[in-house]
Amino acid sequence: MSWRSLLRPGDWLVLAAGAMAVGLSLPLLGQGGYAEKAVIRKDGQLFAEVDLRAARRVEVPGPLGTTLVAVEPGRARVVSDPGPRQYCVRQGWLARPGEIAICAPNRVSVQITGRTRAYDSLSY
Amino acid sequence: MTASVIELKVTEEDRRVAWLAAAAVALALADAAIPSPLPGVKPGLANIVTLVVLMRFGWGTAVWVSVLRVFAAALLLGHFLAPGFFLSLTGTVCSLATLGLARHLPARWFGAVSLSILAAFAHIGGQLLLARLWLVPHDGLFALTPLFAGAALFFGTLNGLIAAKLLAENPVKAAA
Repeated sequence: MSWRSLLRPGDWLVLAAGAMAVGLSLPLLGQGGYAEKAVIRKDGQLFAEVDLRAARRVEVPGPLGTTLVAVEPGRARVVSDPGPRQYCVRQGWLARPGEIAICAPNRVSVQITGRTRAYDSLSY
Repeated sequence: MTASVIELKVTEEDRRVAWLAAAAVALALADAAIPSPLPGVKPGLANIVTLVVLMRFGWGTAVWVSVLRVFAAALLLGHFLAPGFFLSLTGTVCSLATLGLARHLPARWFGAVSLSILAAFAHIGGQLLLARLWLVPHDGLFALTPLFAGAALFFGTLNGLIAAKLLAENPVKAAA
C-alpha cells in the first residue's frame, strides 16, 4: 500500500495549514537576543540612548577625561577611557541585551538593551 | 483473623486499556532513548497508540491509555513530579482536548494524519505555555517556537501516517 493513499483530502489541507503556521512563526527565531539600543550613563544618570542601527561615536566627558564609545550596527564598545585599569575597554564589543561595560573611575557605563530583557545585566 | 481474598473485577475494557497503555509505555521509553538535539523535540511515538485507540475504541479509552502512559513512563524514567513530567502531562492533556474536538471532523475528509498534526501542535503549544509561565519566565523562549512547530508538523505527519497504516492494515474484527 502506498503512503499517499493514507492521506485524505483534508489531511493535505491540515498539512498545508501546519506548514503555514511554521512559516509564520519563523520571524520569532531571531527575537529575544536582539540588541536595539546602547544606553550610555554618566554618574548613574542617562547621558545618551544610541540606536544600534547606524555607526556612530559618542564622547562622554567624565571627571578624569573623555570616554569614547563606538556604536556599530548591532553592537557597541568603549574605545578609550582615561581610567587606570581599562576594564571597560578590554571588555570589547557588547552585542547582547543586558551586556554592560562599566568605566567606574570615569563614572561612565554603556549597556545594551533590547525589546526583551533576557538578563538584568551581563558582564565578564 | 481469617485470611480474606480481595478480588478485583476486571472488565474487558480494563484489559484492553492496560494492554494498549503497556504498548504506549514501551514506545514512550523508546522515545526517551532517542537522542534529541533540543530538549522537547521528540518523535512522540506513543501518540501513534493514542491515535489508533482514538479511532478504533473512542476518545474515553484514548484518554485512559494516554494518561496511564504519562504516569507509568514518568515512573519508569524517574521523572515523576519533575518538570519534565508536568510538561508531558500538559502536552498530553492539551492534545487529548484537541483530539476530543477534532474527532468530530468528517472522517471522509480528515484521517489520522489530520488528527495527529492537530494534536502535535496542541501538545507543543501547551508545553510552551507551561514552560513560559513556570520554567522559563521569559519571552525569549518563544524564539524557539519555529523549531518546535516544525518538529510538531514533521513528527505529527509521520506518526499520523504510521497510525493510518496500522489502522488500514488491521481492519476491525467482528468481536474487537
